[in-house]
Amino acid sequence: MNHTQGPDIRDTKAPSGPIEERWEKRKFSARLVNPANKRKLHVIVVGTGLAGGSAAATLGELGYNVTSFCYQDSPRRAHSIAAQGGINAAKNYRGDGDSIHRLFYDTVKGGDFRARESNVYRLAQVSVNIIDQAVAQGVPFAREYGGLLDTRSFGGAQVSRTFYARGQTGQQLLLGAYQALERQVAAGTVTMHTRHEMLDLIVSDGRARGVIVRDMVTGEIERHVADAVVLATGGYGNVFFLSTNAKGCNTTAIWRAHERGAYFANPCYTQIHPTCIPVSGEYQSKLTLMSESLRNDGRVWVPLRKNDSRAPGDIPEQERDYYLERIYPAFGNLVPRDIASRAAKNVCDEGRGVGPGGLGVYLDFRDAIGRLGRDAVEKKYGNLFEMYERITGENPYDVPMRIYPAVHYTMGGLWVDYDLQSTIPGLFVIGEANFSDHGANRLGASALMQGLADGYFVLPTTIGDYLADGPYGDVDEEAVAEAEVKVRDKIERLLSVNGTRTPDSFHRELGKLMWDYCGMERTEESLRKALERIPELREEFWRDIKVTGTAEKLNQVLEKAGRVADFFDLAELMCLDALVRTESCGGHFRAESQDSDGEALRDDERFAHVSAWERTPGGPVLHKEPLEYEYVKMTQRSYK
Amino acid sequence: MNLTLRVWRQSGPSDDGRMVTYQVEDVSPDMSFLEMLDVLNERLILEGDDPIAFDHDCREGICGMCGMVINGVAHGEQRATTTCQLHMRHFEDGATITIEPWRAAPFPVVKDLVVDRSAFDRIIQAGGFVSVPAGSAPDAHSIPVRKEDADDAFDAATCIGCGACVAACPNGSASLFTAAKITHLSLLPQGQPERVSRAKAMVDQMDAEGFGGCTNTGECTAVCPKGIPLDTIAQMNSDYLKANGK
Ligand SMILES: Cc1cc2nc3c(=O)[nH]c(=O)nc-3n(C[C@H](O)[C@H](O)[C@H](O)COP(=O)(O)OP(=O)(O)OC[C@H]3O[C@@H](n4cnc5c(N)ncnc54)[C@H](O)[C@@H]3O)c2cc1C
Ligand code: SF4
Ligand code: FES
Repeated sequence: MNHTQGPDIRDTKAPSGPIEERWEKRKFSARLVNPANKRKLHVIVVGTGLAGGSAAATLGELGYNVTSFCYQDSPRRAHSIAAQGGINAAKNYRGDGDSIHRLFYDTVKGGDFRARESNVYRLAQVSVNIIDQAVAQGVPFAREYGGLLDTRSFGGAQVSRTFYARGQTGQQLLLGAYQALERQVAAGTVTMHTRHEMLDLIVSDGRARGVIVRDMVTGEIERHVADAVVLATGGYGNVFFLSTNAKGCNTTAIWRAHERGAYFANPCYTQIHPTCIPVSGEYQSKLTLMSESLRNDGRVWVPLRKNDSRAPGDIPEQERDYYLERIYPAFGNLVPRDIASRAAKNVCDEGRGVGPGGLGVYLDFRDAIGRLGRDAVEKKYGNLFEMYERITGENPYDVPMRIYPAVHYTMGGLWVDYDLQSTIPGLFVIGEANFSDHGANRLGASALMQGLADGYFVLPTTIGDYLADGPYGDVDEEAVAEAEVKVRDKIERLLSVNGTRTPDSFHRELGKLMWDYCGMERTEESLRKALERIPELREEFWRDIKVTGTAEKLNQVLEKAGRVADFFDLAELMCLDALVRTESCGGHFRAESQDSDGEALRDDERFAHVSAWERTPGGPVLHKEPLEYEYVKMTQRSYK
Repeated sequence: MNLTLRVWRQSGPSDDGRMVTYQVEDVSPDMSFLEMLDVLNERLILEGDDPIAFDHDCREGICGMCGMVINGVAHGEQRATTTCQLHMRHFEDGATITIEPWRAAPFPVVKDLVVDRSAFDRIIQAGGFVSVPAGSAPDAHSIPVRKEDADDAFDAATCIGCGACVAACPNGSASLFTAAKITHLSLLPQGQPERVSRAKAMVDQMDAEGFGGCTNTGECTAVCPKGIPLDTIAQMNSDYLKANGK
């Protein structure tokens, strides 16, 4: 796949001046919309996870006329519900040296100097308000005996700033946002459409003006127009087929917006989470995460010897290799995710992995149980232990857990400016669907923070500035009709092939290919292979896909086929992006670029930029957005 | 393992459904129940049949999307487990398994095992929230909350909105679901100002949706994957009575 280079992106719309004042400045410069006009301004929000749910609720509270969509049967079921571990905030309630500046610093460093300083600083500032908002909504965070909020520490940080609600933080935060959203539905400011899938973006006169959606129950193709569109459709980790994402997570909404002109930034930045339950068989449909918080008390190890088939309990202390503690004495088991994942892969590649196929390492609670007692461990992690036992049939109080890295999160996404607006005016992108705040690696407990920062606090301010010029008047009828026809044609095409392979069989094959060639470790050779193989497989897909049933009814095969089709195109762009970025950074590890210890080696001279891809009829065009670091000195990350 | 499945098939809301029998072979005990259905569905697609429609998303027991009545029990016989968390090692080789959708008038069947649970969203709309617009909240530490209250509120708040309680109840009552939310919010200081009006609005909405009354059979809590306790219903009734006493 050939690409060309376009002009750099120089202006991200971030205000200048001292970093502490930039968000304040932007809030002040953003024009306000007269309350009487708000009702006349219509905003579409696609997605009801932490980002979309909080945004739709807040826009409704402000008085805008909001229409919201999700593909599940209720907004409460968005994938955010599954987040376990917690949410970061620079509250410094513990007085352990935390501050907005430190959260900012940790996030920029954790992201391996590939995130924008202005955005990250704002995120750290706003983090404080999120906790206040959630508590006021009745989110039952964990508390201490004195009645104050409890916190814990997470990977990549040496302070305790992660707020949590047992192992169900995402659920509780999402229910808070969902309830706020339903309150607005009752108030009449938000119209909710569940079981609706967005299949295209309507762009009229260069502005995002609506969406084409399919009612997944009746099959009806509907057009919805508005003054602005917000995409909050989550991440695309399911391009790998096996991931910790919910089964329905997809790239369709952002991909089709990309096809309409929105730049896609850093598509290759994928986070592989170190602590997931290993694959058990061919039929495996998804992978289950064991929260990173377990690394607070669990110790990661493998046998010192290769192919040691003894039961873990029979391996004496001196024949165990607690490799994270050995290699990274300062952070030990709490090194950032990318580092922990690669270290696990390395010991398994050495032949020291455990469990079926040698693709696993131990996460052992023996010492924690000895030190704190079983009850205390159960209180902290009870539901996670239960989940593990349910899936594997093994009891982690007696036998160490087996874990292995799995695809978990995508730092890449649609490019947005400081206002969270994409390159299509009127199209805003929030939550995991955008690329903005995590650079090349996201720290644990920071996605929930970003989703809610975007939805409750940032977008409602910045979108106002755009809407101040609205209402935007009639939408070009031709543009709407064209989008609708395009959607219908694609569905027709999928139904008409009547080949011999199911959508899942293609998806599995694509996923395996991505994992092998564009996964934890990437090389020029593997990526070139992938770029050769993906178009062949896509061609086979369009020749041999079998979709049963009709378009006029609930048809889960059709839904799946449409999503897989988009994954093919995205996969290709991911591999191209990974190929062009010949450095290693964060979650993107190019085997050719490592230091003598095997750590990721950045190339700041050539790659201190965001790669923003434009899709054109002539092929992908790469635009670079240079990154500058005024406040955090660029250094090679070290967790030793 | 080899299994015989008897599955409810219904092509749309207005069609009559029927039980259809399928044989599935080579099921691994490590498969989840939904993975077993995936395998069957892959085969049905290749044979040109309509695969069995069922709802699912997270497959981790937290989104509340999945739900089937398995051998007569909502989410199957294993306690405190959603359908997606159920694994085949709990079934005998050669067993016959019946699979049906939730059955309750306020949950009409959409297709096969998929039902419409939007009534639950409307119960929340009636009052399952604290009215606090974004940006208006005081500092999180301005109101300490007793740890016991926070923990109890959390326990009630873990409801995943799956609807198993309704499917299991001989009266088709949604009391456990509604009571879980009422209890969660009424245990916290933040939930106090709207406590009584909330209970009234939610219970009234539950009745308006056509859910039955509670006669304390306890079937709901027995199948609830999150173990929401029955005494939440007492809490709901007490808040509701206060509303009507006023
Ligand atoms: C198992 C797990 C545990 C995690 N734990 C943590 C944690 O402890 N801390 C942390 O900070 N982060 C965690 N994360 C990451 C975090 O949960 C996600 O990044 C975050 O919740 C994403 O939120 P979102 O609002 O952007 O998108 P989502 O919650 O994914 O929501 C997407 C929404 O978009 C809708 N949608 C998608 N496509 C379409 C379409 N085409 N048409 C219509 N609607 C569509 C969906 O219906 C849904 O409502 C975890 C992730 C996983 C997988
Ligand atoms: S109370 Fe239990 S059974 Fe009922 S909806 Fe909630 S989690 Fe499901
Ligand atoms: S699929 Fe989410 S709870 Fe079962």
